[in-house]
Amino acid sequence: MSENKHQKLGLSNQDLIEMYRVMLLARRIDERMWLLNRSGKIPFVVSCQGQEALQVAASFALNRSEDYVAPYYRDVGVVLSFGMTAKELMLQAFAKAEDPNSGGRQMPGHFGQKKNRMLSGSSPVTTQVPHAVGIALAAKMENKSIVSFVTLGEGSSNQGDFHEGLNFAAVQKLPVITMVENNKYAISVPLEKQVACEKISDRAIGYGMPGITVDGNDPLAVYEAVKQAADRARNGEGPSLIEAVSYRLTPHSSDDDDRSYRKREEVEQAKEKDGFHTFAAYLREQNILTDEKLEQMEQEIKEEINEATDYAESAPYASPESIYDFVYGN
Amino acid sequence: MQKVHRMPVQNQFMTSYMETKGGKMMPILSYIQAVTQAMKEEMERDEKVFVLGEDVGVRGGVFRATEGLYEQFGESRVIDTPLAESAIAGVGIGAAMYGMRPVAEMQFADFILPAVNQIISEAAKMRYRSNNDWTCPITIRAPYGGGVHGALYHSQSIEAIFANQPGLKIVMPSSPYDVKGLLKAAIRDEDPVLFLEHKRAYRSIKEEVPDTDYTLPIGKADIKREGSDITIITYGLCVQWAIQAAEKLASEGIDVHILDLRTIYPLDQEAIKQAASKTGKVLLITEDNKEGSIIGEVAAIISEHCLFDLDAPVKRLAGPDVPAMPYAPPLEKEFMINQDKIEAAIRDLAEF
Repeated sequence: MSENKHQKLGLSNQDLIEMYRVMLLARRIDERMWLLNRSGKIPFVVSCQGQEALQVAASFALNRSEDYVAPYYRDVGVVLSFGMTAKELMLQAFAKAEDPNSGGRQMPGHFGQKKNRMLSGSSPVTTQVPHAVGIALAAKMENKSIVSFVTLGEGSSNQGDFHEGLNFAAVQKLPVITMVENNKYAISVPLEKQVACEKISDRAIGYGMPGITVDGNDPLAVYEAVKQAADRARNGEGPSLIEAVSYRLTPHSSDDDDRSYRKREEVEQAKEKDGFHTFAAYLREQNILTDEKLEQMEQEIKEEINEATDYAESAPYASPESIYDFVYGN
Repeated sequence: MQKVHRMPVQNQFMTSYMETKGGKMMPILSYIQAVTQAMKEEMERDEKVFVLGEDVGVRGGVFRATEGLYEQFGESRVIDTPLAESAIAGVGIGAAMYGMRPVAEMQFADFILPAVNQIISEAAKMRYRSNNDWTCPITIRAPYGGGVHGALYHSQSIEAIFANQPGLKIVMPSSPYDVKGLLKAAIRDEDPVLFLEHKRAYRSIKEEVPDTDYTLPIGKADIKREGSDITIITYGLCVQWAIQAAEKLASEGIDVHILDLRTIYPLDQEAIKQAASKTGKVLLITEDNKEGSIIGEVAAIISEHCLFDLDAPVKRLAGPDVPAMPYAPPLEKEFMINQDKIEAAIRDLAEF
């Protein structure tokens, strides 16, 4: 049996099973959405595959009943961890009226759910970073022990809002955790054409905050990094920048064809390192996950997704007249 | 500019106040003092109201709009931010989403452009894109306009950039009384409001302003002068030039009706139609570059609804279509609207 790495992080076997269940749910939902897209039932998918493990691990290191998240469009693992359901994600995919993110107004991947403290997001990337800083500022003004967690891709770390937001958070010593999910590609443009620095986390030095790069395929390492950052944030020690490195296993979206810019061998190699699988392997080594348990989880999740899909597919769209609603509150 | 101590009392709110006070003298405030007083009163009323921007704290703002607020409310509610406009807007938006009432200051309207994405893609669309789940009650204040030797980048009128973004409201007050009532309304509004203050009006325009709590309705235009011959529809500082021109021309027998838009987005279409139809001759005035300015939209509303009430083509008086206002005094003067230009335009219309 391999070394028990999770106990010293304060994680029980049950915690790990819960984390794995969310990763599995995220992966299976994503796979189902591709099927639905390819069979012409939903117009668009933007995928989480390859990043579920780090997304779920990071979320579990936070207080999921009090902290705020400003997710980016691949964060199925984050939003599931913070309370969004498979049914709600399917309602979003089918653009139905009951979709809690936007009632079918926005494309899939544009998450937002106030009851779960999930900030509404847009398509211009990185605009959510200053919002997360604003949440932290407000929380600090109100003396609340809240951490504001924001994610983005590595390409987005070139945007001005990344710089402006992190600098603001650092100057004001705000409880913000910025996690860059480095999946090596911004659509077709590889990391080396995005940045010249060795690590995205090197940028933290310029803002005067701790920066750390972790293996995004190692959920326990991600958990540890986010947990430490959250502890610092709650202790009034200010923001942190975390870079979690993994790989985007799918094309950018259902409208992209990644064969034009990367080799199949590269993708296949990445699949072997996928945190979703390495985490399962660790759980097996630790005798936390058995074939029987996995089979049971797969079955439950399949039923959950089937139900969610059927419900969402038959749910009504918003009425055409509703296009005029909610421009202003008064 | 000649100082206007109090505008003709055409304002129903002002009238009722004066009646209740039995003609008791009210304090005279400058336009910028009204800005400060509105923020101060709102911060006293609601602890969720706070101010953020460049130099707004210890310095009290480069124009002194936040003077005294830092001393009264402390650095946690009067926040000197890093010099980064997108963050000023974006952090404010996040705080507003949390439930605060941020009042973000852009030091000059000219410098708001790095924050356009935050204002248009985020603040303006927050309620709509989340299907009414999230809201963004932020007020963004910015001094606009020329006539202060500010040259290209301290003189611009930038409202047209934002004036076709449903979800956003744009308020451009013309007087201290309006500033106080409209800014308080903006801070209490459930949606994002861009509040544009004419920087030349800051110290040149003074009038009586009640020291009591009052708001004025956003989205409603205001008749600043009743008249029967020519209708002027304008906003901001141009209202003051128009009033001066109207008073001068009254002695020549030209009776000018003046509608102050107050809110330039979304427009008060009913008030525009009524004002245009009342006299049949309409002069639209803006300090912005003419082509694409919001008075073009006002003209479109009039042409759609008031054709048979018109006695002359709608006339526009605006800044020239050059990139921005130059520094040298004769060039700046050539760009600016003034009383003489308005008088000439009114005479043209009167003779049509």
